[in-house]
Amino acid sequence: MKEQELYQERYHRQLILKGFGDAAQQRLLAANVLVVGAGGLGCPVLQYLAAAGVGHIGIVDDDVVSLNNLHRQVLYNVQMIGQPKAICAAKVLQQLNPNITCTIHHERLTNHNAANIISGYDIVIDGTDNFASRYLINDACVLLEKPLIFGAIAQYEGQVAVFNVSLNNTPATNYRDLFPLPPKPGEVLNCAEAGVLGVLPAIIGGFMANEAIKLIAGIGQTLSNQLLTYNALNSQTYEINISPQSATRQLIPATLHALMQTDYDSFCNATFAIEEIDAAQFNDLLHNDAISIVDVREKDEWPLVTQFSHLHIPLAQLMQHTAWLTAPTIVIFCLSGIRSAQAAMQLTNHFGSAKKILSVKGGIQAWMQLQTQATS
Amino acid sequence: MLIMENGKRIQVFFFGKLSEIAGAATTLSNLHNTDELIQHLHTQFPALANEKFAVAVNKQTIHTNTELPDNCTVALLPPFSGG
Repeated sequence: MKEQELYQERYHRQLILKGFGDAAQQRLLAANVLVVGAGGLGCPVLQYLAAAGVGHIGIVDDDVVSLNNLHRQVLYNVQMIGQPKAICAAKVLQQLNPNITCTIHHERLTNHNAANIISGYDIVIDGTDNFASRYLINDACVLLEKPLIFGAIAQYEGQVAVFNVSLNNTPATNYRDLFPLPPKPGEVLNCAEAGVLGVLPAIIGGFMANEAIKLIAGIGQTLSNQLLTYNALNSQTYEINISPQSATRQLIPATLHALMQTDYDSFCNATFAIEEIDAAQFNDLLHNDAISIVDVREKDEWPLVTQFSHLHIPLAQLMQHTAWLTAPTIVIFCLSGIRSAQAAMQLTNHFGSAKKILSVKGGIQAWMQLQTQATS
Repeated sequence: MLIMENGKRIQVFFFGKLSEIAGAATTLSNLHNTDELIQHLHTQFPALANEKFAVAVNKQTIHTNTELPDNCTVALLPPFSGG
């Protein structure tokens, strides 16, 4: 068969589709898409993009195939166990559709290589499995102005969104408009800890591939500025609109050079070094105008503090009220020093070196005890 | 004449891990804004205090304290990282 006949035959069902046709197919063939992560989400994304005729697909993954991957990572088989996923995936995709080309990036996406790899593509698809990679990809795509298709799963639920694509003259949103900062380790379960239903990444990966195809082909409406949540247990979806947040841009490195110097692994996984002061040091800092004292306990939590002036912002609302913290030094307290340490971590991350953030060790309990000792 | 004593009916949906703490949904009333709502939920479900989530009122994300309209829906969505 001649090339044109093969083209007509292979893509026939798409070419005859009303609203798709040859023009959309040509756009797919000319597209240059990077898929980061060739795991549970990456496999269905890669498979459907290759099948649909996305002309050039880059695959980033540094992992090898394991037996416990096979219940959801359907590009692989038992013969491939121990082999690099990026290489195996490319091989399977080439067999599926020899008309397309694949570029293998058998490496982990890091702050050092992200800009270089991503800049070679038109669209990025995030199928990774950790927050360090997700924030890195988000930030790099914002800086490089690349459309980003986001998908993530947890147990029986999945999320899909399209970032950095402005819709009807509204500003484009990104992942940090939704979740400005990564959660701390232990706050969110990953698949290895919490498990995942094998078919769920196929469904969410299918949604992601669909968003990519719509975006490239110029058909339908994409999930730009929206987050879709799918629940596999009741088959329900829930979509929300994401509002841009003015503070978001300040959380993203200002330049590609700054991105390269941001260690996303430690930013997401390590606990930040926070500065703590004891009750006596805290006592010395009271009634000082250059210091804002903040109680991060819940409203009406006992003991009520009336002995010195302070702000009261419960921990959960703290990051929404950082504009209230105007003094160069912020001292945070709670009942025992645990929540204030978390608050200090969030504020240190938010303000960087612009402000001195201190947490009172032992909390207001320790300070009260000190007062009792002083008067007895 | 019927008088609605419990105005501001608010339907709250919890996603992901949050639904393990608070159930999939709950209906509340007499809360005027999102700060009050979140404070109320923290009291009712103390384990929520350790969780990170985005808040959407009538399917629109919010970033500051927001007034709750009558018969609104509020969604609490945690970040997912799995892939």
